[in-house]
Amino acid sequence: MEITRRQILVLLPAAAVAWKFVLAGTPEASPNYKLTEHWWGMLIDIPKCIGCGSCVRACAEENDVPEGYYRTWIERYHVADWKIEKPEVESPNGGQNGFPPHVDDGGKNFFVPKLCNHCAESPCTQVCPVGATFVTPDGVVLVDKSYCLGCRYCVQACPYGCRFINPRTNTAEKCSLCYHRITKGLTTACCKVCPTGARQLADLKNPKDPIHEFLRTHTVQVLKPHMATGAKVFYNDMDGSVR
Amino acid sequence: MQSAGRPGLGAESAILFKDIEHLVRLAAVIAIALVAFVILRAAVVPRSFGQYGHYRGAAISETASRPVAFAGHDACEVCHTDVVDQKKLGKHVVVACEACHGAQARHADDPSSVQPRKLDTAVICARCHEANAAKPKSFPQVATSDHSGGFACDNCHQPHRPKIEAEKTATAKLKTGGKK
Repeated sequence: MEITRRQILVLLPAAAVAWKFVLAGTPEASPNYKLTEHWWGMLIDIPKCIGCGSCVRACAEENDVPEGYYRTWIERYHVADWKIEKPEVESPNGGQNGFPPHVDDGGKNFFVPKLCNHCAESPCTQVCPVGATFVTPDGVVLVDKSYCLGCRYCVQACPYGCRFINPRTNTAEKCSLCYHRITKGLTTACCKVCPTGARQLADLKNPKDPIHEFLRTHTVQVLKPHMATGAKVFYNDMDGSVR
Repeated sequence: MQSAGRPGLGAESAILFKDIEHLVRLAAVIAIALVAFVILRAAVVPRSFGQYGHYRGAAISETASRPVAFAGHDACEVCHTDVVDQKKLGKHVVVACEACHGAQARHADDPSSVQPRKLDTAVICARCHEANAAKPKSFPQVATSDHSGGFACDNCHQPHRPKIEAEKTATAKLKTGGKK
């Protein structure tokens, strides 16, 4: 069959359009979810945290986290009056079974829940040699299990100690901000079960999200701001001794 | 030496291209290597790599497509209306069912064959309400050893509506406070 010049002119753009679809790959699992319309973070209200460990247990159940490893955990701080630089920090089993009784012996006592800060300029994704970890267009740091070599660079690079090597798969693992839940319009497992509302998922790109009002009206910090990681887990009323 | 009888221009280029087949072979090897590289790369690198950045774009939808373990309050409300009504009368109305009962998505999918475990209130309640200096002062807390001496909390308290009933009826104020 002869192809005329006219036919070529029609066929080439058609082929270009078709190729675009080939490059796009498989369609999204959640069809109504738009990557570009969200920018996820979390708000942690320290004065509300009771250290019950519900979040830690929920995280382990939701994400099948191996025993002895934690994607989120709770630390109890005891800051003695005369040792503000050296707080006593403990986290027995990540705080998943609560904390042993502790009598008031002065100083400051409070709980600090920790998790991946989903940094916008995340150090962990920058060191990955194979592109197995990345910041998604909606601001969540994820690990591609099928691509991870288990080289541990990212574990070392995270300034917050949020990563570990899963002993079952030998790949890096971390908080995914329950990506499989938030893309379906749900909140994270930890926020879902928090009995006091100390943890709240925040969509920083949604102008109606209460996070904006909260950030305006409260003294809110991120962990290690001097490292310029662009951390998106915001802590309300955080003591200066928290590292 | 050939330079003795200095040849003409035509002969000079003949010398220049005398070993041309070496160059052709080299070019062929490079061309084959290049083609092999392009084919291998296309075969090995996943199609979605580079779609959003230096990573496999399909990994995003793979992560997003995982099943959910926590069903959420709406799923519980469909069947357990009695418990929901009880909770509405007490302070535990803000606590999600699965905060104590654990992830129940599988129970919600198949209520008859997947049954949640019975909870030990002596353990579950203490996780939140055991006295601890680090807890906010306004949060209700007891030293369980003094308060109940190790007895399960549900001997006296109804966990879904924890305020003890006798006190509850006595103070009508609390009742109206809980109803709104």
